[in-house]
Amino acid sequence: MALIDTISPLLTTGWSKGDAGWSLKDYEARGGYAQLKRILSSKMTQDELIAEVKKSSLRGRGGAGFPTGLKWSFMPKAAPEKYVVCNTDEGEPGTFKDRDLLRYDPHSTIEGMIIAGYAVGAKRGYNYIHGEIFDIYQRFEEALDQARAAGYLGERILGSDFSFDLFAHHGWGAYICGEETGLLESIEGKKGQPRYKPPFPANFGLYGKPTTINNTETFAAIPFILGMGGEAYLNLGKPNNGGTKLFSVSGHVNRPGNYEVPMGTPFAKLLEMAGGMRGGRKLKAVIPGGSSAPVLPADVMMECTMDYDSIAKAGSMLGSGAVIVMDETVCMVKALERLSYFYFEESCGQCTPCREGSGWLYRVVHRIEHGQGRPEDLDLLNRVTDNMMGKTICALADAAAFPVRSFIKHFKSEFEYHIEHKKCLVDPEVQRAGSGFFRASSVARVA
Amino acid sequence: MLEIEIDGKTLQVADGSTIIEAAHQMGTYIPHFCYHKKLSIAANCRMCLVQVEKAPKPMPACATPVTNGMKVFTHSELAVKAQKGVMEFLLINHPLDCPICDQGGECQLQDLAVGYGESASQYQEEKRVVPDKDLGPLVSTDMTRCINCTRCIRFTAEIAGFMELGQSFRGEHAEVMPFIGKTVDTELSGNIIDLCPVGALTSKPFRFSARTWELSRRKSVSPHDGLGSNLIMQTKHDRVMRVLPLENEDINECWLTDKERFSYQGLNSQGDNGRLTKPMVKQGGEWKEVDWNVALDYASHALRDVAKTHGGAAIGGLLSPHATLEEMYLAQKLLRGLGSENIDFRLRQSDFSADGHRRGTPWLGIKIADIGRLDRVLVVGSFLRKDHPLIAQRLRQSAKGGAQISVLHSADDDLLIKLAARAIAAPSQLPAVLAQIVKAVCQLKGAAVDAALAGITVSTEAQAIAQSLVSGSNSGILLGNFAQQHPQAATLQALGHRLASVLGGSFGFLGEAANSVGGYVAKAVPGAGGLNAAAMLKEPRQAYVVVGAEPELDCADGAQALASLTKAAAVVVLSPFKSQAMLDYAAVLLPVSPFSETSGTFVNTEGRVQSFYAAAKPLGETRPAWKVLRVLGNLLDVAGFEFNSSEDVRAEALGGQSDFVSGLDNGVDAFTLNLSATVNGFERVADVPIHFADSLVRRAPALQQARDSATPTARMNAATLKKLGVATGDRVRVGAGGTATVTLSTQLDAGLPDGTVRVAAAHADTVALGPMSSVLNVEKA
Amino acid sequence: MNKQNDMLSPELSPEALRKIDREVAKYPADQKQSAVMAALVIAQDEKGWLSKETIAAVASYLGMPPIAAYEVATFYNMYDLQPVGKYKLTVCTNLPCALSGGVHAADYVKEKLGIDFNETTPDGKFTLKEGECMGACGDAPVMLVNNKRMCSFMLPEAIDKLLAECN
Repeated sequence: MALIDTISPLLTTGWSKGDAGWSLKDYEARGGYAQLKRILSSKMTQDELIAEVKKSSLRGRGGAGFPTGLKWSFMPKAAPEKYVVCNTDEGEPGTFKDRDLLRYDPHSTIEGMIIAGYAVGAKRGYNYIHGEIFDIYQRFEEALDQARAAGYLGERILGSDFSFDLFAHHGWGAYICGEETGLLESIEGKKGQPRYKPPFPANFGLYGKPTTINNTETFAAIPFILGMGGEAYLNLGKPNNGGTKLFSVSGHVNRPGNYEVPMGTPFAKLLEMAGGMRGGRKLKAVIPGGSSAPVLPADVMMECTMDYDSIAKAGSMLGSGAVIVMDETVCMVKALERLSYFYFEESCGQCTPCREGSGWLYRVVHRIEHGQGRPEDLDLLNRVTDNMMGKTICALADAAAFPVRSFIKHFKSEFEYHIEHKKCLVDPEVQRAGSGFFRASSVARVA
Repeated sequence: MLEIEIDGKTLQVADGSTIIEAAHQMGTYIPHFCYHKKLSIAANCRMCLVQVEKAPKPMPACATPVTNGMKVFTHSELAVKAQKGVMEFLLINHPLDCPICDQGGECQLQDLAVGYGESASQYQEEKRVVPDKDLGPLVSTDMTRCINCTRCIRFTAEIAGFMELGQSFRGEHAEVMPFIGKTVDTELSGNIIDLCPVGALTSKPFRFSARTWELSRRKSVSPHDGLGSNLIMQTKHDRVMRVLPLENEDINECWLTDKERFSYQGLNSQGDNGRLTKPMVKQGGEWKEVDWNVALDYASHALRDVAKTHGGAAIGGLLSPHATLEEMYLAQKLLRGLGSENIDFRLRQSDFSADGHRRGTPWLGIKIADIGRLDRVLVVGSFLRKDHPLIAQRLRQSAKGGAQISVLHSADDDLLIKLAARAIAAPSQLPAVLAQIVKAVCQLKGAAVDAALAGITVSTEAQAIAQSLVSGSNSGILLGNFAQQHPQAATLQALGHRLASVLGGSFGFLGEAANSVGGYVAKAVPGAGGLNAAAMLKEPRQAYVVVGAEPELDCADGAQALASLTKAAAVVVLSPFKSQAMLDYAAVLLPVSPFSETSGTFVNTEGRVQSFYAAAKPLGETRPAWKVLRVLGNLLDVAGFEFNSSEDVRAEALGGQSDFVSGLDNGVDAFTLNLSATVNGFERVADVPIHFADSLVRRAPALQQARDSATPTARMNAATLKKLGVATGDRVRVGAGGTATVTLSTQLDAGLPDGTVRVAAAHADTVALGPMSSVLNVEKA
Repeated sequence: MNKQNDMLSPELSPEALRKIDREVAKYPADQKQSAVMAALVIAQDEKGWLSKETIAAVASYLGMPPIAAYEVATFYNMYDLQPVGKYKLTVCTNLPCALSGGVHAADYVKEKLGIDFNETTPDGKFTLKEGECMGACGDAPVMLVNNKRMCSFMLPEAIDKLLAECN
């Protein structure tokens, strides 16, 4: 299902034909590869190119929001061997925008990566694609073949002096590979255990060589930015929050899916685009930036606009733009238990606080959910998260801690109720109905 | 240099230092588990978190590079809170049963938990249990105790050169393990015991036999290869219970080979092949245990009689190169006092033609610590990884740092070193190939090509090695044990010396045994008219004095040694051990101390004098060999035997030399090269397996179960197998021209040159084959 | 060679090796290990699961230590280290899916097949696994069939249809 509703479509312009509009000829018909051609024929300098990207105020769409142009400018000029890597290891619960980007318009990412390669002086790139979306990986490989056949990839691209080749690498089920250095380790054929930084990838990246690594959506935005000019792109959004952004809306809305909106669009508008609350039920909470972002209660969320600064001010993160919407049928203890289990399962096992702490958190939350909570557990959870946050190589420990802290902070009474009454504040039948799984059928209830 | 401040104290540190290095430089301890100065930085245990000014989070001291003006606080509230938090996490799944853990009392986790742990844990969930792993006969596991610091993994991959351990699964399920069904087989495996900061990896032979605080400690020196690793001998009730490395950056760094670590078990060996604890004499074909005075009387009479009747030259002295300097010195003095110049410690050598042409004592040619500075190295004729594991380790690190290592040898064993070039040739071809390399280097350097080399053609392999050598600025040529045992060893020496001089590099020998240099210093080599080790066996003597050796296993031709000793009228054996062979050929057995029960000195391959004291009292009626030799000297009225201590002996032997001996020189003068190479038949490639190399290690039971102690086979490449019409695993009868044959299983070894058969020496199964260097006939059994 | 033997032999078919070679070619010549993830998938597809012999064979083909390949095989959770049924169904039960019935979908499959997570039906046809986020939360509930086929909106009727299609 190729959505959907956009305000000022950019990245999603090519999505309207669904699965029928992804191929090279469609992309070219939409003006694809024109920017690459322009750069090569005009012999645009690397500095000019990076300056244009800087002007756009494009910030990394993978979650951290680091300014893209600045990141590119960190690449050492003289190094003989450099890499460009795209992070399509989209595993942050709630996030599914990159999958659709590669499904409906893989060539914008390819063009973006080629241009990035030109900008940073790399001759080789890899796109690391989440293992669970193998069909997308296969489509991307097909798209690469098309681009190669058309001369957009390979030696002396379009007769210029610039050579660049690009390959796809698939994951096989490890959330941590979404962390950029874990991803680089994974491309090297190892476990995806993140590296301690410094050194940063710009100095010591893939195979120890300078590497620029960006999110799929970041690369996909590049041709559009160059097409309209950095400044025009910036003006689509807000200062310091340039351009449009894809938001993956999931959970209790009528039309879950990806929505491209200018940065700074009110959350209320986004919710409306997603068809509003399912069954007209009441909004309870939203995780605005993927499961690692702190949850926000409905009232706070309804006041937010969808950009890095507004969400940060509200006490959460825009992250990858995954908006998980929860209505009043949700038991927040059970919801947290699910997330805590996820981080416990996905901890790579490298750093002590995360390896040991993520399991501790899960077990305590699990106990509370199953009626075995103790009054001191909430303080314990906060203390354990305190000892995890900021103590590890990568941010997974923080990601495991944030939900715990924010769920307890905003929904403490629900946790206390669970501990005291050994059951859920939200009636199990109400919870069961909330998922909608049984809505349209007469299936007998299963255990 | 950078200036930083740690806990208020200012210091200068080198660029690129990490906080932990800087802290150690000023003597400030930062708690840590995964960090180890010899391993790559993992930064995973998080114990070393410290506060850094302006940093929002605590930083790992092991991985954070120092910047100029940085202010570090290792004991601030933030730092201590972080460290205590990590300690709590480490302990939640760690068993808190130190009293039943073998690591108790010497456990980093236990020590640090005292300082950073709380008295009670809030963790009330179930603890993790991790299945134990079988890592082989040397290392015991208790994996539930593992804190996943990954030091052991990094050790196998980085120091030992092959990743034998890994961390499988992820998160809380992460488990350190070898590949399923595999053990840890590196010759350096015991080091992971030292590296393990908890009780997950412990010594299998030592397990549960003593507590650390019950053990007495003595410094000592390894009696095995020429490196002279420094040891800590740990004893309980005068029994050596454990051996650990004594860190010496110039020698063994902080490592030990498994041989050095576990051979102590041989010190406690018992039974027919174990320790000899009472003097014994053979009377009327019957062995009797006797008092020392009887045995010494018997021995001195026997030697005196032979000397009187047949002259001193009828006596031969075979000294183990693992004997101490003092023992060798007194032994040679005794023999010379009896009128014999037939003295030698170079038991596995077969070419002695350099004697008389040598400019000095053969040695490593450089300091051990300088091996790492060589940027081009050619190792000639060496089973490097097994003969010199810690030198191989140094070269492995060099290669990673960009040094080019090349090899000329008759076997292509995986050294786990990235090689720049290699030439693998049959033993008979080694001199010719080395000559080609010399010629190619001369040509590349524009030096005159020696007349003797004018006619030879340089092969591609030799050219590649030469090209690598000339491309560097600090080259080293190292001759291994195989080259020293080669029948054209002197030619290899002359060529190696020439090669180094053209390159302007160093040239040396990798000392086979603890006293390969010390033997020369002790004058334990034949003088004018004397017979060398091979000659005195080839021309049988009436009497032999054997000190510390088992000639049938320790000599180049064990079969001949056995024959000559058996024929001799009197064989006086000074040995810490007995064996059936000894009982067959000896007339008197004098139980002498192994290195652990005597004071003594080894001069290592770089010429370093290392003395040690006894770590334990002599077992039973054993006496230090230097004392036994002194009494024999007295009984035989040999002049100059008035020694009161081993230090007196050492002083006389060294003649004023102190830390390093002088007279080291690998040059050979006026020597004619022997490049001939005509061989008909299958050439034997004989290695001395690491755990069979000397009498001590042969008796260490745990080592004898290791993979390196496998029964010898007849190894050959596929072409040779085919030529013989046998398949791998088939039994073959192998002979060396004589009547004796041995039956061995064949084994495919793709690294051997065509027409060669590799059969290990120094093993009872292959003694009958005779000389290590020989032409074999092989047929299907 | 019959199929049964083929499954037991650690040797990979020439076709599998060709596929692995194609992956190896994506990386610099001295970085063959980069292809290990793809190679293990290719091996798993051919053998049905990854035995230690198969993992060792892949490691040897790529010139890497077997334990390094084993680390990879145990780190990424779509590798099967035990035999699985003809159809391996992986149901996402992560929060976004759960909000739209992911857990209920798993319960429904369990009930229909009479097996729990990590179990295989007695006829060897189905194995059920619990999955983590597959990056398709908008299509919840989602399921993977044999790792590579993503099924969206798995409400009861869709599950019934899927199970009926699996022969």
